[in-house]
Amino acid sequence: MLKENLNEVLRKHPFVGDLDDKYLQILVGCAKNVHYKEGDYLCHEGEAADLFFLIRSGRVALEIHAGHKGKRRIQTIGPGEVLGWSWLISPYRWHFDGYAVAEVRALALDGKCLRTKCDKDHDFGYEMLKRLADVFQSRMEATRLQLLDVYGSR
Amino acid sequence: MNQPALVEVEGLNDPMLPELQSIRRIVWETDDTFTLQLENTGHNAAEFSFLPGQFNMLYVFGMGESAISISSDPSKPTALAHTIHRVGTVTNALSLMKRGDVIGLRGPFGSNWPIEKANGLDVCIVAGGIGLAPLRPVLYSLFRRRRDYGRVLLLYGARSPLDLLYRVELEQWSKQYDVEVLVTVDRSDSTWKGYIGVVPNLFSYIKLDARATMAMVCGPEVMMQYTIAEILRCGVPPEQIYLSMERNMKCAVGFCGHCQYGPKFICKDGPVFAFPQISDLFGKKEI
Repeated sequence: MLKENLNEVLRKHPFVGDLDDKYLQILVGCAKNVHYKEGDYLCHEGEAADLFFLIRSGRVALEIHAGHKGKRRIQTIGPGEVLGWSWLISPYRWHFDGYAVAEVRALALDGKCLRTKCDKDHDFGYEMLKRLADVFQSRMEATRLQLLDVYGSR
Repeated sequence: MNQPALVEVEGLNDPMLPELQSIRRIVWETDDTFTLQLENTGHNAAEFSFLPGQFNMLYVFGMGESAISISSDPSKPTALAHTIHRVGTVTNALSLMKRGDVIGLRGPFGSNWPIEKANGLDVCIVAGGIGLAPLRPVLYSLFRRRRDYGRVLLLYGARSPLDLLYRVELEQWSKQYDVEVLVTVDRSDSTWKGYIGVVPNLFSYIKLDARATMAMVCGPEVMMQYTIAEILRCGVPPEQIYLSMERNMKCAVGFCGHCQYGPKFICKDGPVFAFPQISDLFGKKEI
């Protein structure tokens, strides 16, 4: 995909939205367009978290291994959402598998490249962190609600 | 001493007197939720009508009464249905009944969903768990005059895929009546291909024309709290958000006070409220 197109596609994603143009250019430098067929894995638990994804279409199920209970799907991530922040937090490893439940189109950002740029330009790093903090906050809220098991009487 | 005034409830001869109803069929929706279909054979059967969102008091003789929302089509008042979560003595007794058994019924009671006010607007229905039951009559009403409404969205959450109500109908609604149905579950194994997560998350995947949207929400209170926050964040005006509240109801006509909710009674002022009517109480502990 051409750099100009990547620019446009990134700008359309809610995670990027109103990001200052100079920071957008930094993201463009670390981004590529990716496509996964239904049944593909985007990431595997325990492996190096080299990428993070801005989902454009499709659906990714986050799976964790629950011992003898087998795999459990704990959440799905869809269009407009972000998959993964382990690229930012040491030891930079995925904490779940990411399985494409439906064909996925996404922008993959190189985590290592972004980390380096965040370290070099703290203002850019702060912008990234603020945006990711929003994601952390909404995921944590959703997890709390899920833990309440509001529909259960058993 | 003054005699207490007799209160007449519109359409009811004596709101405390149950009508006899026989059970036509019991359909198990999930392993703990069933739909009780009644043969409306009482002497008031011809006059009986209800509005979406209203409830009846179902009486199991020798056991007691339980307030249950009507889940059937308001245009077919003689084929009444109630979808019931088996959680207590009365609902457990109801679950054990068979075709032909007789129960008592008082009702219908309470306020209704604003079907007429939604005319010309998009309708966003948000349900959690058994909360889909009192909203099903809304869907039936919208389908009858589908062209009078804009987009119809149904966002529905349940505990797991096995806990989803009306599974066959959910598919039909999206195909037959142009309803955007988004279903999510709190947990699942790898056979489920749909969304996993809480209902408010579903708002990430839809775009509402907020000013032209009427939202109707029913589910566990904590789920409604997060959902309404999300609907407001989308820009839907508070007066276009309606929700159905639940409290322990006994008399159903505002006498006993069991269902008091601040200055209101859920049984007669509700269960359906416009959000501004209760926004000062909503989400407060111990109310």
